[in-house]
Amino acid sequence: MSANLAAIAYLVAGVFFIFALRGLSSPASSRSGNHFGMAGMAIAVFTTLLISAPGNFGAWAMIILGVGIGGGIGAIIARRIPMTAMPQLIAAFHSLVGLAAVLVAVAALYAPQAFGIGSPGAIYGASLIEMSLGAVIGAVTFTGSIVAFTKLQGLVSGAPVVFPNQHLINLIIGVAIVVLIAIFASTESHLIFWVLTILALVIGVLIIIPIGGADMPVVISMLNSYSGWAAAGIGFTLGNTALIITGALVGASGAILSYIMCKAMNRSFFNVILGGFGGEVAGPSGGVVERRPVKQGSAEDAAFVMKNAGSVIIVPGYGMAVAQAQHALREMVDKLKKENVSVSYAIHPVAGRMPGHMNVLLAEAQVPYDDVFELDDINSMFAQTDVAFVIGANDVTNPAAKTDPSSPIYGMPVLDVERAGTVLFVKRSLASGYAGVDNELFYRDNTMMLFADAKKMVEDIVKSM
Amino acid sequence: MSEVTARNAAESAREAADLALQAANTAESYAVEAIAAAADVGAHALGMGSTIDPFVFRVAIFVLAIFVGYYVVWSVTPALHTPLMSVTNAISSVIVVGALLAVGVEELPDGDGGSHWVARLAGFLALILASVNIFGGFLVTERMLAMYRKKD
Repeated sequence: MSANLAAIAYLVAGVFFIFALRGLSSPASSRSGNHFGMAGMAIAVFTTLLISAPGNFGAWAMIILGVGIGGGIGAIIARRIPMTAMPQLIAAFHSLVGLAAVLVAVAALYAPQAFGIGSPGAIYGASLIEMSLGAVIGAVTFTGSIVAFTKLQGLVSGAPVVFPNQHLINLIIGVAIVVLIAIFASTESHLIFWVLTILALVIGVLIIIPIGGADMPVVISMLNSYSGWAAAGIGFTLGNTALIITGALVGASGAILSYIMCKAMNRSFFNVILGGFGGEVAGPSGGVVERRPVKQGSAEDAAFVMKNAGSVIIVPGYGMAVAQAQHALREMVDKLKKENVSVSYAIHPVAGRMPGHMNVLLAEAQVPYDDVFELDDINSMFAQTDVAFVIGANDVTNPAAKTDPSSPIYGMPVLDVERAGTVLFVKRSLASGYAGVDNELFYRDNTMMLFADAKKMVEDIVKSM
Repeated sequence: MSEVTARNAAESAREAADLALQAANTAESYAVEAIAAAADVGAHALGMGSTIDPFVFRVAIFVLAIFVGYYVVWSVTPALHTPLMSVTNAISSVIVVGALLAVGVEELPDGDGGSHWVARLAGFLALILASVNIFGGFLVTERMLAMYRKKD
């Protein structure tokens, strides 16, 4: 296979990856999009094996063994992972891409002849810059994603970790990395490369630990973007079109998702990145003990209210994911539909721990996607709805975001649940949400609080219907 | 006489032609060397020569792909943002091509102090990680997408 033909094959692979993302514009075309992605990957792999076939048996054995081990692990994970664990799985996958980028950069540094970028001790300057950028971004992605994974998996507390001079230390390391890249590009020193990589690994940890649990949608999107830029950096080193296109696509994708998530919280990207939000002391009313009366209801009350309603909108949040209540919820909705109650779901963009988290859980519970609506599409409907059933969500329904300029969440787009006839709030306690803000909705006349674990409460409601 | 002159003329013409051929050959070899050198310099630095560096083409592809990505990703429905992340994860593992090249590295003819083994080992590990991601990413995306269904 000639080099030109190979270049065209890589380009085709890149175009197939574009189709893979294009397919996701609707659930109907999404699966064929995914197949395009698989085909693109197969083209890229076979092209590489054809144009630079390893000359010895040992290398072939290593390739088959590597793909076998990795592919086997990947396939088992993909089959077994519960849908509620999807955020941590994505974080873990990001870390693997990051580490793979670092390792490929190491290989390129030690054996540049295999990549056509010069010979040991005489690697082209531009290639040195590209590979060091790939390694640095890859290393940041690797450790950053591991921190995100441990927070999402609950191995460490989701609370932000803040210490004095945090930003100053990050800044110093950041500057050191830039300087070392310049030195590395002119000296090709292996020692500097390793120092650079270690600093990048450290800063990956430092930039993610101050970010709190509920900001994880932004963090995951951001790491998604980084993994793309790292791949693009390696793509430049290898001069590989498929890798450059993919890196750009993934980088852009992650950046857009981060933007959407930040906008849905009305916070700037830097505000999220600088972190410390949602700590123990956050929020003006966090320390004030409120003892206003609330109306408390039982499962029977809730069942009665909903059965006699004409329309119900369900607002799921992270609490539903934690309690794994989506299947019970679907059962409840089936019963309501039998009573001729019209039911739809309202999803806030930052509900859950990653973009689209709630949609996947509802899809898993076999809720048809045309019953599920985004914030902008359904918000005007609350005023004509009899019952809003809030399950495991809190801050995204808080009217203070619209009315109280002193609130930390002021300006964040929220679901107008208070305009529904009755608001049913499934919650374990009156505790404030992630932002540490009290929700005045709890104390309204048309609100009924249902204190229980989300799954248990929904099951009880189903029983009393 | 005239025949001799003609022969002389033909001979000197041939000599001239030979000379010209020689000059041309020399010039050609110079030119080839010069172009090769220029390409060598140009291949990895923004040279001042008239040939366009392949690096520039790569940057062009990169920039255009960012724009393609921008428009394509904005058209993704928010309901599919989680599969979007898992599929971008899978496709960014096309970095496996670098791992495959590294696994096949052979020792340089004059020896390299074992650094080809470092490269091969790094490549092998990268190959495993990327394979986890490729298989895991595409399959889990497939599993998620299969769950999305319309109202019946």
